[in-house]
Amino acid sequence: MYNETVMEHFTNPRNVGEIEDADGVGEVGSPQCGDIMKIFLRIEDNIIKDIKFKTFGCASAIASSSIMTEMVKGKTIEEALSLTNRDVVDALGGLPAPKVHCSVLAEEAIRAAIEDYRKKSEGTRNSG
Amino acid sequence: MTKRRVYVDNAATTPVHPQVMKEMLPYFTQYYGNPSSIHSFGRQAKHAMDKARERVAAALGAATDEVFFTGSGTEADNWAVKGVAFANKGRGNHIITTKIEHHALLHTCQYLEKHGFEVTYLDVDEYGRISLKQLNEAIKDSTILISIMFANNEIGTIQPVGEIARIAKEKGIYFHTDAVQAMGNVKIDVKEIGVDLLSISAHKIMGPKGIGVLYIRKGIRIDNLVHGGAQERRRRSGTENVAAVVGMGKAAQLAAENLEQHTKRMTSLRDRLIDGIIERIPHVKLNGHPTERLANNVNFSFEFVEGEALLLSLDMAGIAASSGSACTSGSLDPSHVLLAIGLSHETAHGSLRMTLGEANTEEDIDYILEQLPPIANRLRELSPLFKQCEGGKVSV
Repeated sequence: MYNETVMEHFTNPRNVGEIEDADGVGEVGSPQCGDIMKIFLRIEDNIIKDIKFKTFGCASAIASSSIMTEMVKGKTIEEALSLTNRDVVDALGGLPAPKVHCSVLAEEAIRAAIEDYRKKSEGTRNSG
Repeated sequence: MTKRRVYVDNAATTPVHPQVMKEMLPYFTQYYGNPSSIHSFGRQAKHAMDKARERVAAALGAATDEVFFTGSGTEADNWAVKGVAFANKGRGNHIITTKIEHHALLHTCQYLEKHGFEVTYLDVDEYGRISLKQLNEAIKDSTILISIMFANNEIGTIQPVGEIARIAKEKGIYFHTDAVQAMGNVKIDVKEIGVDLLSISAHKIMGPKGIGVLYIRKGIRIDNLVHGGAQERRRRSGTENVAAVVGMGKAAQLAAENLEQHTKRMTSLRDRLIDGIIERIPHVKLNGHPTERLANNVNFSFEFVEGEALLLSLDMAGIAASSGSACTSGSLDPSHVLLAIGLSHETAHGSLRMTLGEANTEEDIDYILEQLPPIANRLRELSPLFKQCEGGKVSV
């Protein structure tokens, strides 16, 4: 059903956890659909220095989260924003058709976290 | 990792019993005649069919001419509901069933709704039992059929079929029950229950796949589903799958003969598994009825985790189970049965069904109890819902 890359990321997911006082947090999905992805970002000089995730979902949701964090870690915000769900699917070596929405969730999660970071930093600028 | 393999998905299907296979084998290459032929080859096959029919009839407490072989349990369900609906549409167009039926029943009813029939889908309580009061209230002058499953395939809840049969008889309404999961796990005597039509399937009771039976009480008005030749006393056409029919006969015989010993052993293993899970894993919920449940059915929801991830992790440990999660069904919604007993979507997504069978041992149960807690823990560590709950806040 899943290829080795997906199973490997499901079994040994990278960057699991949370970041305290994260610079940006994004949460997408809903428990009704059976998928929730939560992303935590540490950003310095426009670069994603650290990223952690927590995911409630099936194996492909967990694998999509895991590989996405690897793909954006160390990248600039702009680079991270250019990531598409297709990139996630390709990096995983493919997902079964009914599971492609999990990769969409990964794309949405990183975008949501960056959006949260931008809102927060805008707030800091305004108050500073 | 250990090489142990534990199959606890016997509600999906069972292995063929060696005695069943032994009886089937000669009917592929040796006694291959068409039972409709009058020569000796045909007569041998016909004789085997008769014997199998007698065995099924004996196992169900039916007469031999009330037993009809079908291509599956699904076909038996389709035949019972569509056949009765179309044959009795002059009397009325109303059918009563439940929200927790197998799709073989639900989708058949939805099809009939498109063809002028009206269907009432009864609610069930938190344990999956229907209310007899609601059943009584749902009956109208136009009601021609009540179809309520004997026992549920997901949560194992057993319905009060005897009482349903009494209500149906009192009102002059036909009563069909899907006994596909009940067969072999509960005593079934069609006369004692008073049921008019009953479906079973061979592959759930250590028989082959692709063969089922519809019991049709004598005198029931029912149309054919499959039209063609004169097989099955002109009620179900198509050259008989003789080897499978022989397998069905033997499997039904063994299921009935071994019932008491089998259910006693399954109940003991089931309770060991249920108690062990509750003891070892927090935030779990047993789905289905605590006592009125099939001897081999265990169904739990594991809060904060998703069922498919559980299944895959168990599979890697050699344990084969199933789940009511959407991710395992190809749809976006979790199991209709789990939603009908009132579970939230997320709790339904985290369900795990383990259905025991003849091959399972206490060692298998202990192995599951050893493997399952760390798997559930690992997935919970990954879950954003878990932390929130541990922190004392409402999780969703």
